Amino acid sequence: MTPTLSEVTVGDELPALTVPVTRADLVRYAGASGDFNPIHWNERFATEVGLPDVIAHGMLTMALAGRIVTEWAGDPGAVARYSVRFTRPVVVPDDGVGTEITVTGKVAAINEDGTVKVTITAKAADQAVLGGAQAHVRLP
Amino acid sequence: MPLDQAFIGREYPPTPPYEVGREKIREFADAVHDDSEVCRDTDAAKAAGHPDVIAPPTFAVILSMGAHDALVGDPELGLDYSRVVHGQQEFVHHRPIRAGDRLVTVVHVDDIMARAGNDFLTVRAEVGSVDGERVCTATSLLVARGTAEEGDQA
Repeated sequence: MTPTLSEVTVGDELPALTVPVTRADLVRYAGASGDFNPIHWNERFATEVGLPDVIAHGMLTMALAGRIVTEWAGDPGAVARYSVRFTRPVVVPDDGVGTEITVTGKVAAINEDGTVKVTITAKAADQAVLGGAQAHVRLP
Repeated sequence: MPLDQAFIGREYPPTPPYEVGREKIREFADAVHDDSEVCRDTDAAKAAGHPDVIAPPTFAVILSMGAHDALVGDPELGLDYSRVVHGQQEFVHHRPIRAGDRLVTVVHVDDIMARAGNDFLTVRAEVGSVDGERVCTATSLLVARGTAEEGDQA
């Protein structure tokens, strides 16, 4: 059920989310977004530029982490503002399993304009991959 | 060579109109595993108060990154794009992007600075309709690794 503004309290935790990310997901995102940087699909290229392996698009990580908010709010159009820092790459091995991004979120404030500020954490391999991630959400 | 600070405040001409299609929104939503019907079904979108299906919140990256090409490919700026990583991203939605939108994007260089051997560019993409309605402000921090002054890297 979509929460209403009056039901939300600072400190509320959003339902956590675990999202698998495989090489196929990276290929699909590259096609959908138009970002064909080879660090997201070519291991030879990725290691040549000093990365441990192929990494996920930062923008894919941002999108996946943002789902914690859109699923809670029940409408992708509820997000008025969304910002992140990319602090660590999400390494996606070619082992048929890939990796998992785990996402948690918490209501941090009710803003003056009636939007709800949610702080978001996203981890892969037990390490934070986004910094300062937050969304401002309009609830009914 | 550090990037020329004279680029701060520069604005690039608007991109040609980008027409947002329903199937493109669906493709993008599939790619980010957003299974909302509001991104797929016009009736569901209308029930949620939208005139047509809407795009997920990060869809505007298609517009903003496309528009960045004018800046990052500007030979006067001399940016080595192979060294560029994405440092930060913010989207401010004035309203959701929806199917049928015809969008133009104007790129602004808000800041350029060098620190610890890296160049930092703050680039703001203003996405609006062809009729002049503001739709989304997408601000990116682009980091060019090792392109600033030699010798001061930690």
